[in-house]
Amino acid sequence: MPVVKAVTCPVCGCLCDDIELRVENGKIVKVKNGCAMCESKFLGYNSEHRFLKPLVRKNGKLVKASLSEATKRAAEILAEANYPVLYGWSSTNCEAIRVGLELAEEVGGVIDNTSTVCHGPSILSIQDVGISSCTLGQIRHRADLVIYWGSNPWSAHPRHIERYTAFSEGRFEKSAWRGYLTKIKASIVKKKIESAIRRVFFKQKPSLLPLLRRKPPPAIWKEGRKLIVIDVRRTRSAEIADYFIQVEPNKDYELLQTFRALIQNQEIEIDEVAGVPVEYLEEVADVMIRCNFGILFFGLGLTMSKGKLRNIDAALSLTRDLNMRTKFVIMPMRGHFNVTGANTVFTWQTGYPYAVDFSLGYPQYNPGETSVVDILLRKESDAALIVASDPVANFPRIAVEHLVKNPLIVIDPHMNATAQMADVVFPSAFVGIEASGTAYRMDHVPLPLKKVVEPPRGVLPDEEILRRILSEVRKIRKRKQAEAS
Amino acid sequence: MELLIKNGFVYDPINGVNGEKMDIAVKDGKIVERVNERKARKVDASGMVVMPGGVDIHCHIAGSEVNTGRLLRPEDHFRDFERKTSITRSGVGHSIPSTFTTGYRYARMGYTTIMNPSMPPLEAKHTHEELSDTPMVDKASYPLLGDWWLVLEYLRDNEIEECARHIAWIMTSTKGYAIKIVNPGGLEAWGFGNNVHSLDDQVPHFRITPREIIRGLCKVNRLLNLPHTIHVHTNNLGQPGNYITALETMECVRDLASDNKPAIHVTHSQFSAFKGDDWRTLDSGAENIANYVNCHSHVTLDMGQVIFTDTTTMTADGPFQFGLHRLTGNKWVNHDVETETSAGIVPFRYRRKSFVHSIQWSIGLELALLIVDPWKIFMTTDHPNAGPFTYYPKIIAWLMSKKARGATLKRINPRAGSRSLLTSIDRELGFYEIAIMTRAGQAKALGLKSKGHLGTGADADIAIYNVNPETVDPSRKYKTVRRAFKRAGYTIKGGKLVVKNGEILKHVEGATMWLDVQTSEPVKISDEMKRKFREYWTVEYENYPVTENYLKISNPINVKASV
Repeated sequence: MPVVKAVTCPVCGCLCDDIELRVENGKIVKVKNGCAMCESKFLGYNSEHRFLKPLVRKNGKLVKASLSEATKRAAEILAEANYPVLYGWSSTNCEAIRVGLELAEEVGGVIDNTSTVCHGPSILSIQDVGISSCTLGQIRHRADLVIYWGSNPWSAHPRHIERYTAFSEGRFEKSAWRGYLTKIKASIVKKKIESAIRRVFFKQKPSLLPLLRRKPPPAIWKEGRKLIVIDVRRTRSAEIADYFIQVEPNKDYELLQTFRALIQNQEIEIDEVAGVPVEYLEEVADVMIRCNFGILFFGLGLTMSKGKLRNIDAALSLTRDLNMRTKFVIMPMRGHFNVTGANTVFTWQTGYPYAVDFSLGYPQYNPGETSVVDILLRKESDAALIVASDPVANFPRIAVEHLVKNPLIVIDPHMNATAQMADVVFPSAFVGIEASGTAYRMDHVPLPLKKVVEPPRGVLPDEEILRRILSEVRKIRKRKQAEAS
Repeated sequence: MELLIKNGFVYDPINGVNGEKMDIAVKDGKIVERVNERKARKVDASGMVVMPGGVDIHCHIAGSEVNTGRLLRPEDHFRDFERKTSITRSGVGHSIPSTFTTGYRYARMGYTTIMNPSMPPLEAKHTHEELSDTPMVDKASYPLLGDWWLVLEYLRDNEIEECARHIAWIMTSTKGYAIKIVNPGGLEAWGFGNNVHSLDDQVPHFRITPREIIRGLCKVNRLLNLPHTIHVHTNNLGQPGNYITALETMECVRDLASDNKPAIHVTHSQFSAFKGDDWRTLDSGAENIANYVNCHSHVTLDMGQVIFTDTTTMTADGPFQFGLHRLTGNKWVNHDVETETSAGIVPFRYRRKSFVHSIQWSIGLELALLIVDPWKIFMTTDHPNAGPFTYYPKIIAWLMSKKARGATLKRINPRAGSRSLLTSIDRELGFYEIAIMTRAGQAKALGLKSKGHLGTGADADIAIYNVNPETVDPSRKYKTVRRAFKRAGYTIKGGKLVVKNGEILKHVEGATMWLDVQTSEPVKISDEMKRKFREYWTVEYENYPVTENYLKISNPINVKASV
């Protein structure tokens, strides 16, 4: 049976490209090297939520239609609209995004991608401060200090630690995997002892733990790679870390600024910041300065908690300051597999990474004004095209109300919440499984997506559907111009 | 389609045509002896200058660092935008225009061939995706190889032929055009925040020196018979006193040159021609460099001319960009690429009243005017590092007119002005020399056989400028010349009329040129190599090469290597 090697996984921003798939009778039957998310996507993409025929709303009901009928209806909606929004894009390939931008320009609409609700604030801060970053391999080879802040890679980017950071084997830095095994063994022993104590004393929990946590951990002074996790709760990633800092919710900004002060040798004259004793922070700041190559990964825990872009501003400034003392880099943990690609393609074609408004015939950018949620909240748009996203399920309620009140077109392989509210729905092929293309990893490394199996008959890739809509829109506009003259 | 360009004053230095009035015939995208005069579409070029389409040997227009620059600087775009028309796409950007706008702006100035000089091999797909979205011009890209781990290891072990075979593979698989070396050794050292400071500094962890890297790659370049020389951004770039490093870099490959052919191209040489001990005592090293270049035939240079405007600096030279960030306090982007290279971006404004910037301005022009042979120095701004490419007409005016230089000299920092050699240089270039520095010389240095000239069989890339060399004296009427070069009367790309009076008539796609280097035996990637690949990079070997479907129009150039 054929085995397809070096397949890129279209799930998260890690974009692991060493997946091996066994294909039997045009179906994927086995996944090797993948994480749980990867396996479930490759094995379970053909779920009951899949639909295979375009749908058009007639008399209030979505009914099956031919592709050309749906294309015409969609093109009419977009050509007639004064201020349509085109949203999604982070879970499709760059080729489709390029067509999407051309379509947005043609219809004079607003085009926005999902970073508007995830790492949008990070981008705003990068535009203020800049960013010291690198590709993930650089971290594998060189980083002796890895910090995850407000992100939980063990659950959300399962192979991140193993492939790129603490547990990977680099040229100058060795894997910290063995230390982790020892740690697991120790923690199992500890749990056994604790349960024995419980059984003897019939107590709920021994009060030993908080005491242990209060002591500066010896792990921080160990040789080789160190892993620090900073989060509001003790996540799975925190369990494997050499040091875990539990920051009080919405106090990240204070903590970041404290670190900035500490690495500039300033005294902090209070005992605690964000629920953490200052003496621990001093130790950690010392570790930051003494490392050869440090990396700070940050997730939505930092971008979407109180302070938003100000948090990122502080984090970027912290890394910039650290570069005066040692080598330090920072990287956002991007979620969707091609959200970085969406930002990249938007930028090279329009100059701006998201929230681009073409209503005046040239790209305009002012997040807060031209970002899709704000447009919906101000009830300004009069049609929408959603590609590979489900805003009805996760936008604010008032925004969703306005979104579904106006004509709505959805291109998605699944019958998601947005599709159920739509006027025209196109089924599309799964990018990276049934359609090839390009996606960008979280560190801006472009990787090819493979077409492993054929899509169901009549189901087209996003790119092709968009191309057809675009050419239909052009026809309508030409006709209108001819009529007007 | 046939075209006949009638009665223009033709400047075609490669064929020795100097301002003669003649007709140029075009058929099927090529220049031909003659066409059927009745059938052909006629372009009236009487009273105009006809030149081959412009060739730019070094300008950053695509790829990850350029795009990060775009992302970093919305303030660069807000005031400079172009609306969508029925022909053209919209776009924004003063110093780093979006891709479509870049293509249109080049075409409006009569440029038709562009070389994008820094492409990290790992991110080559990105560069090619952007180049495919850059219309109107033919283009190519140079992969960054000076700090590639495998190259460093091969050269350290003195395995030149093995190294050459690998570079043949990388050239073909990244769809590259020339070997680019940036701050050799320094970028590897920057991985841990360090740098190298002279040609004989050891690169940490690799037991090799920048001198050995440059010499090694120069030998590789010869073994592979690549059309261009090694393209070098010197060590110590942008540091006072670095003209010595530049001289040493040129000297270190002198013995490797043969038959009077160039062996090294020192790019944006203005940034490598600083004399003095620090910024206060900064002086021009242009005279020393020009003297060396005048006496040796193995070197070509390009200017990297400073323009007084707001721009965005971006190079693969990570430590230099960090230094610039410390100097200016401006926002800073760093992007290191595993096992290969690094990059940095800092917005920058060149000010007339600044002593250092004025000296830099003067150095670029001094180099261009003191080097006697125009085939050795080419006009660039290292776009966007010393200024956006849209200012080329201004540089042409400075080169052609002492009066134009004088007008700017009066307005720059007086201390720098009094030190400048420009007051004592009377040389004024003519259209023939400008044609060499902006197209013929660049095409020759790049080994582009069908570009940069108007002989039979050449690509029909032609620029026609609305200035009459018989009636206009460029020395006095430099503003007329500037206007003419800013908005080409006509630009013809691949035999199609694409620009008229500075307006786009037609959106055409350009081809991406790349080297298909053929070694005596096809390069095989051994299992050992694949294992190494896994160790060095975080992507699979199969996913590394750029396949041809990333190029909208692919133009492979066959090169027969001697290994």
